[in-house]
Amino acid sequence: MAIQVATAPSSPVGEPERQEFKPDLERIEIELLLEGIFRQYGFDFRAYAYASIRRRLWKRIEEDGLSTISALQERVLHQPEMMEKLLLDLSINVTAMYRDPGFYVTFREHVVPLLRTYPFIRIWHAGCSTGEEVYSMAILLREEGLYDRARIYATDINEVVLQRAKEGIFPLERMQEYTDNYIRAGGKKSFSEYYTAKYGGALFDQSLTRNVVFSQHNLVTDRSFSEFNVILCRNVLIYFDKTLQSKVHGLFYDSLSMFGVLVLGSKETLRFMAHEDCYQQIAPPEKIFRKVR
Amino acid sequence: MSYALVVLGTSWGGLSAMTALFAALPQDFPIPIVTVQHRSKDSDRLLPQLLQDKTGLTVCEVEDKDALEAGKVYVAPANYHVMIERGYLSLTTEEPVRFSRPSIDVLFDSAADTYGPDTIGVILTGANEDGSRGLANIVRRGGRALVQDPKSAEIPVMPEAALRAVPAAEKLTLDAMARRLIELSREGSKPRLGRKTAV
Repeated sequence: MAIQVATAPSSPVGEPERQEFKPDLERIEIELLLEGIFRQYGFDFRAYAYASIRRRLWKRIEEDGLSTISALQERVLHQPEMMEKLLLDLSINVTAMYRDPGFYVTFREHVVPLLRTYPFIRIWHAGCSTGEEVYSMAILLREEGLYDRARIYATDINEVVLQRAKEGIFPLERMQEYTDNYIRAGGKKSFSEYYTAKYGGALFDQSLTRNVVFSQHNLVTDRSFSEFNVILCRNVLIYFDKTLQSKVHGLFYDSLSMFGVLVLGSKETLRFMAHEDCYQQIAPPEKIFRKVR
Repeated sequence: MSYALVVLGTSWGGLSAMTALFAALPQDFPIPIVTVQHRSKDSDRLLPQLLQDKTGLTVCEVEDKDALEAGKVYVAPANYHVMIERGYLSLTTEEPVRFSRPSIDVLFDSAADTYGPDTIGVILTGANEDGSRGLANIVRRGGRALVQDPKSAEIPVMPEAALRAVPAAEKLTLDAMARRLIELSREGSKPRLGRKTAV
């Protein structure tokens, strides 16, 4: 019987040894690692934006006292627990309630009137992370008297963050910031009406999720699952390369009804995408687009 | 080889320093310039407008996957990091680094990793130490470092930190820095071994 000895990393954690400039070799190593992860574990990061992936891989390498991407590959492929760690590194789940308040003001002014003309409103929030922006939209729709005829499909690749989104408990210490955002986003009530301090956090009114379906969906590999009047996907596609962005825009196009509305993050664009000509931008500079053909 | 990229970081006092520097560059300055100026996460699009008023270069706020082009100054948007890819720019909303988003270090590290010796890193006036680590990475990869002379800076903290991290950096007033950038754009980056030199 073999005795397994846990070996500690021999080199000290600190400034990484990245003296030489070998970008081509580094790219080979990273592509091999991502290919290996995909084939061994099924997580597909192969078409993610390269600079950001590289930065996060090197952070993991430094923290684990390794010195090359290849060394990380060795660990990741042979130790599933290393893959779990890396998966957390590679998932960005930074979000906030009413992030970019100006967007919500524009949405109220320019999209809500369109939605009023529909008897039933189907909304897809793609890449919803821990749900802060889903609750923000639910509150907005309620205040505009549209919530009861709306259904929000909130999806993310990551089951863990979806679970947190369902719970609807957000850090109390961020409520001041969120309250400011809410007011600047055109909120019509007192923000504190929507939550109670509980379980060490702010527990949001559970009736806000009565018409929300949280579900796992992978933008890279999964297909369209319905037709929507509004698709929100803010600051998710920035983590993809241009080819994958274009592919996902195909998915969104196929999933939007005619005259449906696509919402991107405020620094994202449809430029150079195959479907650019199929949309009209409503109320620039906000990235709210209407499918017109 | 010629330089592919200028990356520039600044915080307090950055607007007037960048205004002076860019005003002294010709409108056909052949190297794209990517800038991070620390600012509040809710600040609007005023900064690019103010810079544009005083320079012949084209100033724009970065949008995701913007192509890198000569004659342009790219301004990092509030509340996003900017990263350099080969030929274009990517944005991320990853967590702030040293309390900053955009972070100068994040921009500089990605420039060093992508363009190595073809990178010029510039640090101007500022009230914190962001950028010093990234500047050291640029130099470690064979790139060049220019730092505003702390004596001439509105706030010397950021240039001083950069000079501590990179003692060999060139210490210049803004006028001298503009002249130096023009010179570097003509003479090209240092030749190096082990890489094909495309013309």
